[in-house]
Amino acid sequence: MSTASFSRGWSKYAALAVLLTPSLVGMAIFVMGPILGSLALSFTSWDMFAAIEWVGFANYFKAIGDPAVRTALGNTMLFILGYLPPVVGIGLCLALLLNRAFPGRTLFRAIYFIPVVTSWVAVSLVWKWLLNPEFGLVNYGLSLMGIEGPGWLYDPQWAMAGIVLTSVWKDIGFVMVIYLAGLQEIPDNLYEAAAIDGIHPLNVFWRITLPLLAPTTFFVTTISLINSFQVFDQVWIMTEGGPAGATSVVMELIYKNAFRYYQMGYASAISWLLFAIIFAVTIVQNLAQRRWGAVE
Amino acid sequence: MTSLALPQSARGRGQFPAITWRSLAHWVILLLGAFIMLLPFAWMISTSFKATGATFVMPPQFVPSEPTLDNYATAFTTMPMGRFLLNSLVVSLASTTLMVLNCAMAGYAFARIPFRGRTTLFYAYLATLMVPQQVTLTPLFVLMTQLGWTNSYQALILPGSFGAFGTFLMRQFFLKLPREVEEAAFIDGAGYIRIFFRIAIHLARPALATLFIFAFMQSWNNFLWPLIITSDKQMMTLPLGLSSLQGRYTTDWNVLMAGTVISTVPVLAVYVFAQKYIIQGLSHTGLK
Repeated sequence: MSTASFSRGWSKYAALAVLLTPSLVGMAIFVMGPILGSLALSFTSWDMFAAIEWVGFANYFKAIGDPAVRTALGNTMLFILGYLPPVVGIGLCLALLLNRAFPGRTLFRAIYFIPVVTSWVAVSLVWKWLLNPEFGLVNYGLSLMGIEGPGWLYDPQWAMAGIVLTSVWKDIGFVMVIYLAGLQEIPDNLYEAAAIDGIHPLNVFWRITLPLLAPTTFFVTTISLINSFQVFDQVWIMTEGGPAGATSVVMELIYKNAFRYYQMGYASAISWLLFAIIFAVTIVQNLAQRRWGAVE
Repeated sequence: MTSLALPQSARGRGQFPAITWRSLAHWVILLLGAFIMLLPFAWMISTSFKATGATFVMPPQFVPSEPTLDNYATAFTTMPMGRFLLNSLVVSLASTTLMVLNCAMAGYAFARIPFRGRTTLFYAYLATLMVPQQVTLTPLFVLMTQLGWTNSYQALILPGSFGAFGTFLMRQFFLKLPREVEEAAFIDGAGYIRIFFRIAIHLARPALATLFIFAFMQSWNNFLWPLIITSDKQMMTLPLGLSSLQGRYTTDWNVLMAGTVISTVPVLAVYVFAQKYIIQGLSHTGLK
């Protein structure tokens, strides 16, 4: 390597000391250390006050048998089932609509993306107000159509639906942008050939666009799925897990255990269980992508 | 290049097609969608200018009959809203600047300085990306309490100043930078440090900008960490301050919406100015 001759030994180590040390120290203290610390904590029963006691896998066994964990996991799954198909589906449709040339296209893209950059706190508060059963715009709109709207966040049957609705609204812009990037990768000559052959546009979509978007779809689904398992901000601001535990999700359970009940060991164990689930999902997605997603 | 356009394909370039029934339907759908996306913001702004009673008028008024600035005044007087704003600014700017500098320096070291254990160390960095944030929250909180740092700027700033993702991003950038640029400087006797600060960091400006914008928006909108680490009103950032406003003034939706507007405007301004970087950054870092 040509640069080797220029770098005398000491100057290289001086450079490493200056350039790498801040990052290394920071990563060790604020990222790597806490990861290992959390793993260690998960094998203890510690409430921040009593002495740390090693309990082996007790926290993990407790979590597996805990009805609260089961409820939170079930609700998280419910959230994912309600959230993932519409957010990916609508995001794809928007990308398709916005991928062709027409006046105002850039403006539309900007508009659909605004909620993505807005904070969850702002979005949650606005939607909590919109979903207010008495004075909210949503139920007012429904009443114009002759439908009596539900109590949304106040009704255990509908609270999760309200959170899903808000989340889909906030995130479709993100999915749209990723799909727009994916659409750019599809070579134009495929479409030209299809046009020459007189293939119906619907068939073009099923035979060309959708299969070639498979890697994008895998990417979007994986990212959205991983984020969904960690859903927290909107839940905490809109319902705090209520009413009657109807929106209690895994992250909310971890938060309550750690920072309300100071069950540091137990909260850490649940967070590692969540990590295990996310890790498994990622691996399955990767395998699936290798099996079906490789187009080239 | 138009402001929000991705690299344009041949389909997207050139003449706009003639207006047909299909293109009209296309437009109507998009307009309807845009209406749904903008309505919550319109309603938030409208509510923020309404007098208390007007909030609960049915049918809802979109343009307040007697617009007032009282809610903004109330937000600033009953709550340390100015302090929230200041805290958010200090925390976001400090942690973002530190993060960008850190990641650029480390990314350069990983890309350009050969040393023993470099690959292993870099893989260790990458491995941390697999572990979701919630895992580290508990020990970080414990660490901060041990240090006596709860309700402090350093606790709000430092954990957000280090990350493997930014380091990865910057390393990618420096790997792609042609070596010839640095070699002349090497021949003139400059060391890695001088080359980094005099040459490389300037060439990296676009990458730095992208990282800065992303880190800034993330930090500005962050809720969970400030929720955990602050209990003192004086140390709360905007998102947290806002959510605490909710508890106390359950029915004061107009004040709450005024606060929401205040917290949203800065990040929207960043978005409007930087949308090109944001969209490109997303589609590049996300997919390739």
